[in-house]
Amino acid sequence: MKRASLAVVLGAATALAATLPAGAKTLVYCSEGSPENFYPAVNTTGTSFDAGSQIYSNIVNFERGTTNVVPDLAEKWDVSEDGKTYTFHLRKGVKWHSNKIFKPTRDFNADDVIFSFERQWKENNPFFRVTSSNHTYFNDMGLPKLLSSLDKVDDYTVRFTLTGPEAPFLADLAMPFAAIQSKEYADAMMKAGTPDKLDQEPIGTGPFYLLQYQKDAIVRYRAFPQYYAGKAALDDLVFAITPDASVRWAKLQKGECHVMPYPNPADVDAMRKDANVQVLEQPGLNIGYLAYNTKKKPFDDVRVRKALNMAINKKAIIDAVYLSTGIAAKNPIPPTMWSYDDAIKDDPYDPDAAKKLLAEAGLGSGFAMDLWAMPVQRPYNPNARRIAELMQADLAKIGVKAEIKSYEWGEYRKRAQEGEHQSAMFGWTGDNGDPDNFLHTLLGCAAAEKGGGNIAKWCDKTYDDLVTKAKTVTDKAERAKLYEQAQVVFKQQAPWFTIAHAVQLKPVRKEVVDFKLSPFGRHTFYGVSLK
Amino acid sequence: MSAELLDTPAASAPPAGPPHPLAEFWTSFRANKGAVIGLAIIVAVFLMAVFADVIATHPPNLTNDAAFLKPPFWQEGGSLTYPLGTDAIGRDILSRLIHGARLSLSIGVAVVAVSILVGTMLGLVAGFIGGATGIVIMRVMDIILTLPSLLLAIVIVAILGPGLMNAMLAVAVVVLPHYVRIARAAVIAEKSKDYVTAARVSGAGPLRLMLSEVLPNCAAPLIVQASLGVSTAILDAAALGFLGLGAQPPSPEWGTMLADAREFVLRAWWVVTFPGLIILVTVLAFNLVGDGLRDALDPKLKR
Amino acid sequence: MLRFLLTRASLVIPTFLGITLVAFFLIRLVPGDPIETMAGERGIDPVRHAELRAEYGFDKPLLVQYGIYLERLAHGDLGRSISTKEPVIAEFASLFPATIELGVCAILFALLVGLPAGILAALRRNSVFDHGVMGLSLTGYSMPIFWWGLLLILLFSVQLGWTPVSGRIDVRYFIEPVTGFLLIDTLLSDESGAFASALSHLILPAVVLGTVPLAVIARMTRSAMLEVLGEDYMRTARAKGLPAWRIVGLHALRNALIPVVTVIGLQVGVLFTGAILTETIFSWPGIGKWLIEAIGRRDYPVLQGGILLIGAVVMAVNLIVDLAYGLVNPRIRHAR
Repeated sequence: MKRASLAVVLGAATALAATLPAGAKTLVYCSEGSPENFYPAVNTTGTSFDAGSQIYSNIVNFERGTTNVVPDLAEKWDVSEDGKTYTFHLRKGVKWHSNKIFKPTRDFNADDVIFSFERQWKENNPFFRVTSSNHTYFNDMGLPKLLSSLDKVDDYTVRFTLTGPEAPFLADLAMPFAAIQSKEYADAMMKAGTPDKLDQEPIGTGPFYLLQYQKDAIVRYRAFPQYYAGKAALDDLVFAITPDASVRWAKLQKGECHVMPYPNPADVDAMRKDANVQVLEQPGLNIGYLAYNTKKKPFDDVRVRKALNMAINKKAIIDAVYLSTGIAAKNPIPPTMWSYDDAIKDDPYDPDAAKKLLAEAGLGSGFAMDLWAMPVQRPYNPNARRIAELMQADLAKIGVKAEIKSYEWGEYRKRAQEGEHQSAMFGWTGDNGDPDNFLHTLLGCAAAEKGGGNIAKWCDKTYDDLVTKAKTVTDKAERAKLYEQAQVVFKQQAPWFTIAHAVQLKPVRKEVVDFKLSPFGRHTFYGVSLK
Repeated sequence: MSAELLDTPAASAPPAGPPHPLAEFWTSFRANKGAVIGLAIIVAVFLMAVFADVIATHPPNLTNDAAFLKPPFWQEGGSLTYPLGTDAIGRDILSRLIHGARLSLSIGVAVVAVSILVGTMLGLVAGFIGGATGIVIMRVMDIILTLPSLLLAIVIVAILGPGLMNAMLAVAVVVLPHYVRIARAAVIAEKSKDYVTAARVSGAGPLRLMLSEVLPNCAAPLIVQASLGVSTAILDAAALGFLGLGAQPPSPEWGTMLADAREFVLRAWWVVTFPGLIILVTVLAFNLVGDGLRDALDPKLKR
Repeated sequence: MLRFLLTRASLVIPTFLGITLVAFFLIRLVPGDPIETMAGERGIDPVRHAELRAEYGFDKPLLVQYGIYLERLAHGDLGRSISTKEPVIAEFASLFPATIELGVCAILFALLVGLPAGILAALRRNSVFDHGVMGLSLTGYSMPIFWWGLLLILLFSVQLGWTPVSGRIDVRYFIEPVTGFLLIDTLLSDESGAFASALSHLILPAVVLGTVPLAVIARMTRSAMLEVLGEDYMRTARAKGLPAWRIVGLHALRNALIPVVTVIGLQVGVLFTGAILTETIFSWPGIGKWLIEAIGRRDYPVLQGGILLIGAVVMAVNLIVDLAYGLVNPRIRHAR
């Protein structure tokens, strides 16, 4: 009897669950995790940025789907001739959201802008330490040194004065950490003795306001009718927090959600075949690689490095681990980046030649080495351990006995940067699209010091001269030439086995209209609609 | 873990009367069909482990770039080369399961050996000496028992770093209290009995008393607990492997295989199904034998 | 009686202190540090790193940190999560109901199936049914539940499409948390269908989590029943010609239930262990998943607080069971 009644309940539930509600337009996004909180300036994860960016506006923002900076809360701005003064003219009549504990009495103005930056910048600001004093991106972008003063010219004009010219400054202001919060709300919460609420029950000027957040379960937003650019086409926006990629896919298939990030590589084929789903894709700004420690034997010998490069079957790694979420890499920068040298030939997969080369290097009988694999999934490497297993098997065929090692992730990075490994997998995700961010940051001599980001500990004079020179030259064509030469040297010297560039894949249901991929991997839902 | 619950009758019933001759024990064990089946399975798994190199048709870590995720032979696309299919990087699942038997059996036996050894010692000390030492030992055991065993094991593995040895150590620590408690309870029960008093009066030192008089008399519950303990150990180690904290790839430990296969659950049912099935069968076999042992060794349940 | 109460309760204090020690020092032994872990590929400037450590108080000697920790604990302050910056106690409070709901339903499922199965098996001793129940329950007891969960998802959610894949309720329903227990909150709300949705999400996880307790309960019930049925007074009752259902219902069952209830109480710790795995598989927003993630992030305050709170819950339940058992069974009271 029990069983029968359960079956009835179940049947009813599934009948309902098959379709998402008609009427109100609700878009469900199966997000990958819980946001840390709703204050983007102290967070570093895309998950938190996604959760916050629906709520807040910035002074300027990235145009949806591009890296172009466009007006947001500032209608227009002037830059002084010396490039040191930026004056922003703010939009009038921009309304703040309200919630149970706060009803705004005024529109957005210059005070809010000043407050939002000073709380990250000035230690004496009462909110400097609220939630956290670790304003990661504000510091990483060098703003504490760069900012000289920030002044309110009038209620709708603010002026940033810099210590020197800085071309990427505008782009910095479009980043999630520069979200604008309400000073009035902050003051009210401080008075009430609950300053944390500012970051936990957020108030913004963005297209959606926060309705409900339950950790590890759901983030629920509703369209803000008074949004300055017009109410969103969606009525409700729901983030259904679903950490498991297979489960996200199962939910998307069943129509329980409309958009999902980070698909399981193994499921992508099925996704492409599904008539209800469209898979959007875009190559990402990243590289995954295996770095040989060139300061340690036997990897101080270029022949050994070359031999290993030829012994590892890259295609098999892509096929087994990345599947269609990655493309084989031959250069340290991704192919979408300017100055990418497509003329370069990758080392062929040729175990016999590899053996010969090893014999030439006096290691014909093989050797033992360690092979580090990070313990966590990274954007550029979906499963380092599995890649390590494949490499291990390949290396065994030329007599090299590789032992796979791993450490806790923070520890892993530290030890690899200290150069404790013989070979270690690593990778990089760029954030400003400049080749310098890869070629100099990851392979220059300065970074080859102990603790530096050059995991191969590779310091090649010819190479270093090229990339250092490219930093000082302003002409883009000339820079591109220098970087192309640097890539040639890189390939000859083989400090890395370049594995792959991950592709950003986004399965989206067909009823979703006008969802655009962000080059930064963000998810923006204003402008998206449902059929 | 919950093994404690199954053995309560045994623990609370100290073996009384003269010890059973081995023959009598075998007769009563044999009468339990389940236990005999369990024993047969264990023997089979044991043989599989010993002769893994001969039985397995492929080396466990040999990848085949041309055969990723091949289904078992009875399904379309499968072949008898890989009877149970291949995993994501083209390794033969059957061969890996066969080799994995070595790991899982060693885990079970090693964990139980370590925890029996250490646990019995601690239990004897706590029961015999008592006093502050005894109290401290029992309090520590209480703490271990209070925390969910998997949580504690995870913390221990996090400290020592993931890996087969460390996972075994972690599991040994969390199952320790069961052995300590059994040993201590048996000692306390035996201590007041005449033969111990007699031995003491005749001048036997505490150490000799512990080892030669009391220990043999609390062997029965320990043996039962041990055979059940093997199954708990295998299960716990597999759970750690499943959470990515046990044996590390490419080792074919069953829990680790399962963890590795999890992302393919929607695409290739076989990579997920077989490792779990073999864990279940092995654990079940040890539990069947444990049950049989208890029935055979525990006169109270024999009717 | 009072003395029994006091001795039992006094044992709780050293255990609790011991748990604070374990929570504090074991966690500190875990290699890695939360600030490094958050930094990712970029790493963090050593000066900034030192500043942050100082801010979290990690630069002080361990014993001093422990002292501060105990003092805060005495004020009910468990600290704040390093990654979310929320008070640990608030996070615990928001996630705990989900775990409780799952655990209670798992136990209910185990009881609903396990009790009748155990009773019937005992009454028909050595029948096919008896052997079937015993065989199945031992299988359930041997089940690697992390695998069991995956199988059930594959079958019921993916193949048959009967149950939802994960989560606690369909996202369409907007339920204001009142008690935190969705089954109750959905009944309090006026959204129709919400309760059915919450229930359908709960079924698979509860079955998975309830499998091991079910096995234990069925076996315990059977052996307790057998023991009671063999007692003299049962024979007397039968000889007096009482109807079978009365014998079973009134006499046997009541006496057999005592050990069974104890076992259920003792299953709490086991249940938490199962919850860690079940929540991981079903993306269930509860305590188990929270702690696993906290270990990954080296979030010390969350780990300390979580271990402590779970330890406290288990201890409280064990104490209650102990006391209740002592009340029912006077022999225990004087045993130690």
